[in-house]
Amino acid sequence: MKRNEILKMAGIALWFVFLTFPIMVIKVRVTDQVIVWRWHNMFYIGFGTFFGGLLWRFALLRRKATRKGAASKVLGYVEKTGLPVLFRTVRTKITERRNRRFLYVALMVFVIVYPLVFSLYQTNIMTSALIYVVLALGLNIVIGLGGMLHLGYIAFYAVGAYTYGILYRSFGIGFWVALPIGAVLATLVGVLLALPVLRLRGDYLAIVTLGFAEIVRIVLNNSGSVTGGPQGIGGIPRPGFFGIEMRLAAATTYTYYIIVAAVLLTIFVVWRFENSRLGRALVAMGEDDIAAEAMGIDLTKTKVIAFALGSLWAGIGGVIFASRTTFINPGSFTIWQSVIVLSCVVLGGMGSIPGAIVGALGLILLPEYLRAFSDYRMLMFGAILVIMMVFRPGGLIQKKRKAYTFPTEEEALS
Amino acid sequence: MDFGGLRAVNGVSVEMNNHEIIALIGPNGAGKTTFFNCVTGVYTPTRGDIHITPPGGTTVSIKGLKPNKITEKGLARTFQNIRLFSNMTVLENVMIGRHIRLKAGIFGAIFRDKGTREEEQRVIYDSYEILKRLGLARYVNDLARNLPYGAQRRLEIARALATEPFLLLLDEPAAGMNPQETKELEGLIKKIRDTENVSIFLIEHDMSLVMSLSERIYVMDYGRLIAEGTPAEVKNNPEVIKAYLGEEAIA
Repeated sequence: MKRNEILKMAGIALWFVFLTFPIMVIKVRVTDQVIVWRWHNMFYIGFGTFFGGLLWRFALLRRKATRKGAASKVLGYVEKTGLPVLFRTVRTKITERRNRRFLYVALMVFVIVYPLVFSLYQTNIMTSALIYVVLALGLNIVIGLGGMLHLGYIAFYAVGAYTYGILYRSFGIGFWVALPIGAVLATLVGVLLALPVLRLRGDYLAIVTLGFAEIVRIVLNNSGSVTGGPQGIGGIPRPGFFGIEMRLAAATTYTYYIIVAAVLLTIFVVWRFENSRLGRALVAMGEDDIAAEAMGIDLTKTKVIAFALGSLWAGIGGVIFASRTTFINPGSFTIWQSVIVLSCVVLGGMGSIPGAIVGALGLILLPEYLRAFSDYRMLMFGAILVIMMVFRPGGLIQKKRKAYTFPTEEEALS
Repeated sequence: MDFGGLRAVNGVSVEMNNHEIIALIGPNGAGKTTFFNCVTGVYTPTRGDIHITPPGGTTVSIKGLKPNKITEKGLARTFQNIRLFSNMTVLENVMIGRHIRLKAGIFGAIFRDKGTREEEQRVIYDSYEILKRLGLARYVNDLARNLPYGAQRRLEIARALATEPFLLLLDEPAAGMNPQETKELEGLIKKIRDTENVSIFLIEHDMSLVMSLSERIYVMDYGRLIAEGTPAEVKNNPEVIKAYLGEEAIA
């Protein structure tokens, strides 16, 4: 890196010290009516920004390709540690057919014994993460396959949750009956949203879906008599086993297995859908809707199917969510939640099923497991997000199209 | 066809018979692509009508139908600036072409009953056959965007053929090709017309291709038809020469 770049970085560091002076250096202790000057922070910020900035510039340079200059030298050192080779071998090993099957089996075993091995608290966290997996897989249909930016996904989640809540409060309906009703209702609401947005693309679609989610939340907030307004609905029962109510520990484990089953069902349906005539039509529409229409694809029908199928899973997730937390209020269904689900899909890899799963698990579990870092965990979390987006914008696991095998001419004749 | 105050296509009438190759030529801005888009459903003509008679069927008007409906009726088109599904494989692009000739719905997609499974097998097989016929078999699992330009053009034609049209509309198929590739394209189009049982309507600027390929030519300029006839007639038509080369050339 050249000298004036380093000087520029030093200048940026000084500027940053100046900017953060009021926050980081001056601290007013209201209790004693005294001002504390934390000069040491100036040095931390200054040097931190300087070296952090240099590291960042270096990483960006490396990303720009080439084997030239300082970047390649450090790359050489990194290669020597053997880590990159390790990652590469792991990745090739994992994608091998035989090993992949073994991996799946190992994963299934791990998933099944999880609540038996780990504490109730951990099981609860995993249940929460798995609900987001279902959501991410559902949103993946609209965003990953269909290429439509949907910012209001949480609205269908709310529909599912509130269906259960309202049905319970008004009719005393239990979990297992509310589940299909919630799913169907969320799907219908999905179709309802799809119709006005048929002609919209890109940013306009995003805004309208965002607006829709807000409408749902505000309606829920203000329909006190039906939905309990801001106070929400409480005392929603956990799922029962053939009518038997269980104590907390058993119910938590039971909910965990229910969500695992839901995740498996979602993966199965989305996978089947992806490799079908309609799934391909959806991907084509997302790629180039004018060409898709010219090839005979009915854009209206395909869009509606995408939205409907996507919201179905949000509805199921919503019902399970309501039964898990036993209390729902509009505060759980804000735009921020939509953004989190969106981030799961984008971070994990748009359009790929393992991507959505990894994205959801990573995004939800990471803050939990980073609790050890207490104050800094959200900072680290944010930093991880930014780094991911700069260096791997396609997501962790990028979508690979299906490859078909055909016998070559000689093979066919023999 | 009017766009507000601008009459882009003014009284242009084209007649096509089965198995013909017809070309529509004219200087840039003449309204050829607009005419094309009227036929394929992108625009609805403000005046006039379009009638088609599919083989073994009755004459129907396709005016006002959406593009996907028109494709269902048997007209397939390619695009001037290639519009492939870049991030899908070559085979999948052709499979999309088969979309309207298949039936599987959401039920079939999820449950993969016997009918759906067989349909999927047939789609894969039929699409591969089309690729073989157009010489694209070796690209079968490559992403469409990784193909060389000439192959991309052929893939667009393959995709259009997959819809089982009786009329193939090609929008400047030779754009960006060198003379060698254009010669190959000419052979390909002739072969397609002969073996695939389609009629061909093309817009083109490459005169050598148009003259050697078409049976009849229509010439447009400033939204009107200024000439029609066989290649020989059109080549010597003073109006056509004036349109392309300007008034001076005659004198």
